[in-house]
Amino acid sequence: MAEETRANEISTELGPAQEPAFKIIGTRPVRPDGLDKVTGRAVYGIDMRLPGLLYGKVLRSPHAHARIRSIDTCRARALPGVKAVVTAADLPTIAGDPAHLDDASFALYCQRANILAIDKVLYHGHAVAAVAATSLQVAEEAVRLIEVDYEVLPPVLDVVQAMREEAPVLLPSLRTDELGQKSERPNNIASHVRMQRGDPQQAFREAAVVVDREFRTSTVHQGYLEPQTATGLWNSDGQITIWTSTQGIHNQRQQIAGILAMPATRIKMVPMEVGGAFGGKIRVYLEPLAALLSRQSGYRPVKLVMTYAEVLQATGPTSGSYIRVKIGANAAGCITAAEATLAYDAGALPGSPVLDGAGILLSPYKIENFQIDAYDVVVNKPQTGAYRAPGSANANFAAESVIDEVCEKLGMDPIEFRLRNAVQQGDRRIDGTVCGRVGLVETLLAIREHPHYQTPLTGKYRGRGVASAFWFNWGGRSSVTAAVNPDGGVSLVIGAADLSGSRVALAMVLAETLGIHLQAVKPVLGDSDAVGYCDQTSGSRTAFSSGLAVYEVGQKLIQEMAARLGEYWGVPPAEVVFQDGIFAAGAERMTFAQAAAQVTGQCPIVAAISVHPQVVSPAFATHVADVEVDPETGKVTILRYTAAQDVGRALHRSNVEGQMQGGVAQGVGWALYEGYVYSAEGRLLNCNLLDYRMPTALDLPMIDAVVVEVPNPDHPLGVRGAGEIPIVPVPAAIANAIHDALGSRLGMLPMSPARILEAIGVGQPTQPEVG
Amino acid sequence: MCDETILVHAQINGEEVAFACRPAQTLLDVLRGELGLTGVKEACGNGNCGACNVIMNGVLVNSCLVLGAEAEGCTITTIEGIGGPEGLHPLQQKFLEHAALQCGICTPGVLVAAKALLDYNPHPSEQQVRRWLAGNLCRCTGYDKIVRAVLDAADTIALSVAPVAEVSSNG
Repeated sequence: MAEETRANEISTELGPAQEPAFKIIGTRPVRPDGLDKVTGRAVYGIDMRLPGLLYGKVLRSPHAHARIRSIDTCRARALPGVKAVVTAADLPTIAGDPAHLDDASFALYCQRANILAIDKVLYHGHAVAAVAATSLQVAEEAVRLIEVDYEVLPPVLDVVQAMREEAPVLLPSLRTDELGQKSERPNNIASHVRMQRGDPQQAFREAAVVVDREFRTSTVHQGYLEPQTATGLWNSDGQITIWTSTQGIHNQRQQIAGILAMPATRIKMVPMEVGGAFGGKIRVYLEPLAALLSRQSGYRPVKLVMTYAEVLQATGPTSGSYIRVKIGANAAGCITAAEATLAYDAGALPGSPVLDGAGILLSPYKIENFQIDAYDVVVNKPQTGAYRAPGSANANFAAESVIDEVCEKLGMDPIEFRLRNAVQQGDRRIDGTVCGRVGLVETLLAIREHPHYQTPLTGKYRGRGVASAFWFNWGGRSSVTAAVNPDGGVSLVIGAADLSGSRVALAMVLAETLGIHLQAVKPVLGDSDAVGYCDQTSGSRTAFSSGLAVYEVGQKLIQEMAARLGEYWGVPPAEVVFQDGIFAAGAERMTFAQAAAQVTGQCPIVAAISVHPQVVSPAFATHVADVEVDPETGKVTILRYTAAQDVGRALHRSNVEGQMQGGVAQGVGWALYEGYVYSAEGRLLNCNLLDYRMPTALDLPMIDAVVVEVPNPDHPLGVRGAGEIPIVPVPAAIANAIHDALGSRLGMLPMSPARILEAIGVGQPTQPEVG
Repeated sequence: MCDETILVHAQINGEEVAFACRPAQTLLDVLRGELGLTGVKEACGNGNCGACNVIMNGVLVNSCLVLGAEAEGCTITTIEGIGGPEGLHPLQQKFLEHAALQCGICTPGVLVAAKALLDYNPHPSEQQVRRWLAGNLCRCTGYDKIVRAVLDAADTIALSVAPVAEVSSNG
């Protein structure tokens, strides 16, 4: 089976002729944190224990929308064992009229209002108060004793309804940013942004084929298995330490500093092992509460852990959306015009990923005439957060469904159509960026030549679908510190979080750079004081940007070692050369380990590097899915799935495949099963992992991960980034396969059995699910 | 709240153990709290994800759905009893080699479930592995490498227990 997997890593004809000879990069070593994870020894946030530890619990709103008239915490405080109770009254306040805040104050208000409700609750599960007590049982009892007097208000849950004039207004200080102008009156549309080029109307009039469709998608959650947890200790000297499960220690430190109006330097974030994140562990939820409760309880440590119901109710899922896409093409199969409207719900506070959706949905293609309108809209649902290529899988679903219909109308093969329109080096993307060397064409060729696509699919109710996708990738700021030890080993302190293999990938980069064994590099995750500022592990940035930092720190170590050896050998440093792990000058030669033993004794060798790469090269992917639909039950079975993706360079080959396979699995959940279901009153009805249905081992086939490597010319190792794009084309590939099987398009996510039956005309009409 | 505690005796990972628990306390809570076996993971807390899987009297259970008091007289195996750093079980070894873990939070539960499968059926097919592991959610891997690692571990175990003559006749 291992051979079979390796056989899938085809390189394309268009790849570079000269491949650098790597010894470690591109292999499949066992990860250094693996032993602890397979033996159960890895320490996650929930495992934290400290002397005098208190246990926290959050009181959450049973209502989707209500004014808080009063909160009475007297009975809770009187319960023996209760050490602290906090509400929004314990948060720093913002000066000025709450209905007329400037942008910066409004942003801070939103951050604080999501930690503890200020005046109003805005969604079912919104935090209202928090308690710390000597046991979890006492804390739970205390929460029940808090009396909140609510004035229940009508909720609005649907993004289209929330945009209407008569909709209940969530935030009195929210003014629409309408193409740069602020609206007079508050409403639920936070912003309207337009991207346009050329003359789409004229181009549509001249097009041979025009397809115009509407789509709706449900709110979905990242579904990491480890609930949010944080342990906080506010010391009497004003120093705060927080042990937490996070994608970014420094980003969270800055958030907490803002929310608590504290200098960031006083806050130390200690990263614990992270039990899944996918974007959901960037924003803070429990961390400021743990700190506040610690201070109020007489500086005792306080641990908070969410239940899974709290995770689904109150942490940021991604948007439910309305998307309309119109595409025109000429008879030769070239896209000539496009128009799209995207309205994303942001949950209760502004900031949906609608601009990401608008930026990605047509970016695989050369289009000269287009107009895209994007609306960010608040509704009475939890504030949305990042989820793997934020805002993209739903936008791609809409655009690639329409592309599929255009291909059908033109009678063109979907791969040939995409090859004809694919962006290449020098083409201008939708967002105005001119493409450098990119790998979309290579992913299309990889799928076209793959045995999967070459093998015809036969049988009734069976269908094949193709979709391509674009994702920006991101650079961001990265910091690392490395120290050479006299035994020839190197300690590598990483600022980035390790969500699924950063430690091994970055250690591989350093070992390759220094020409030493992988085992000689010891990668560790630093706390926020032990290493320079590092952006969160997100945006497919860590292998790219932290990888660059590690490569540069390696170069710096080599320079310093060469300088010291020059002194030792009595030659100018410039005459000391380093190649394949050997330092040499004239007849003198030393391995890295020998050199380390020789030159670190007098004075240690340490290097620190921070980078912020500005040129980021995007990711492209093409997927093909085969499905079979059961016409009696509406169940969709995935028969075969192949994903081709340009990663630039795979650092750890198995982990790159794992990113692709995991992304596909999440995309399958989004396509077929997952979606928030709310009652008319706005209560989340499926807040557990039985009713919020994620894919199991039984729902999926083996996922063929075709790693395409078109090296990124703007990175010393060719890395682009790999983590996010594999989720993006999945709902579209499956939707196109379902259309091929049934001849009908659902236009909605998830494509649940009830909706499938309705589409083929044998089921009862389904109620539209809100959310 | 009932604070009366119950004294429970059980054999856990091969050792005779006694612990005191409250009537409402789950076995998961006892294992992680009183006994410090934090390899047993708590995720969904209501039997839907399998992260807290343990083997109880030979049967795979979600320890969040079992009361601590129900463990009286039982034999229980957690991830800590399957293999430790000094000697990994072939399943653990194969999970490392296949990179069948990413964040690692589901991994102990998946390994315990896979151990229960191989105890029951030493030569499972891919579909049998998928059916058996359907109670273990993994959000990172898409299950591909997990299924391959379990199948590979089954082959490894079969080779290690097979008589030498049989191995050579097959090889």
